[in-house]
Amino acid sequence: MATEIDQSSQSLAQLPPGIEQDALLKNVTDTLVDKGFVVAQLDSLVNWARTGSLWPMTFGLACCAIEMMHAYVSRYDLDRFGVVPRASPRQSDVIIVAGTLTNKMAPAFRKVYDQMAEPRYVISMGSCANGGGYYHYSYSVVRGCDRVVPVDIYVPGCPPTAEALVYGILQLQKKIRRTGTLWR
Amino acid sequence: MADAEPHIRSLADLGETIAGELGDMISSREIINGELVLHAQRDSIVKILMFLRDDVNCQFKLLMELCGVDYPEREERFDVVYCLLSLTQNMRVRLKLSTDEASPVPSVTGVYSSAGWWEREAWDLYGIYFSDHPDLRRILSDYGFEGHPLRKDFPLTGYVEIRYDDEQKRVVYEPVNLTQEYRNFDFLSPWEGVQQLLPGDEKAEAAEEEGGDA
Repeated sequence: MATEIDQSSQSLAQLPPGIEQDALLKNVTDTLVDKGFVVAQLDSLVNWARTGSLWPMTFGLACCAIEMMHAYVSRYDLDRFGVVPRASPRQSDVIIVAGTLTNKMAPAFRKVYDQMAEPRYVISMGSCANGGGYYHYSYSVVRGCDRVVPVDIYVPGCPPTAEALVYGILQLQKKIRRTGTLWR
Repeated sequence: MADAEPHIRSLADLGETIAGELGDMISSREIINGELVLHAQRDSIVKILMFLRDDVNCQFKLLMELCGVDYPEREERFDVVYCLLSLTQNMRVRLKLSTDEASPVPSVTGVYSSAGWWEREAWDLYGIYFSDHPDLRRILSDYGFEGHPLRKDFPLTGYVEIRYDDEQKRVVYEPVNLTQEYRNFDFLSPWEGVQQLLPGDEKAEAAEEEGGDA
């Protein structure tokens, strides 16, 4: 029975809501009631936890931050994905670089990144953060925030729409699920 | 000036009054696009602003803006521009003075306290030195930045770029290394006006001219 649920817990993520999913959930619930425990894969559980509560560090630098705020508030409501903006790097799992990263800001940005606990992820949002964008040839702008921190997801656009950022976050969840290691 | 607009007439009167009161301190005055522009002597700018602020007929109590301008072809390459507003008189006046890299401009922070940060900005971006400024530091550019980026001879991409060095565990500065040189696409700028001619259009015009002759 245990192995059966072990297999089924894997496929649960792929099952669309419907009769089959209901049957599977009922099966798991029954086992839980009968035996008092279920067996699942630890990495699946960890990935589920990680992807389900990606707390981003609030790091709005320019106009992209407006679109980021739109993604947080009621219309797109990133809370649904467990994405809750934090004001402290020590409480965050992901940092969304939303806007132009200037030379003056770069050391502070790196400091914030260094203070985040592992595992930590970086989403680079918008042309300026991706590669300097409009300010690529400026004397005061970093030509892409990947010169300062390792970036996981690049969201293109100037600025990207709120949907694009939500899509980027979903892509990051996918990436976490795909790489699926305990240690990063 | 008899047929001029009333506000321009009053501006001209104001210019005359100011020039009469201040004499040599105002080297010239003009009205450009309905705005009064006074050219001031650099060393007497504090006295001039004090007069414009306190005189009953002026009362320019607000310094709206203070900025630098660079004309690299001139002997004294920089202009410093002061824009004043009088709410009681409902009038504006613009003061200009010229300077170069070496000549200090007297700070007007004693007259308008708001001038402090603008003078820092002009110092930062143009290298115009303001004497007697209480705290003349850079205000916008990076800590330890070298050069004055709004000067016309300052290269667009500057001299240094930064990256995080994994061995030193800090952000380091390096000479600029561009993968591709800057390309100017200004001919397509909507501000310049798009040319409606397509390649080959000149042939049609030539053909029309020939037809007209025959």
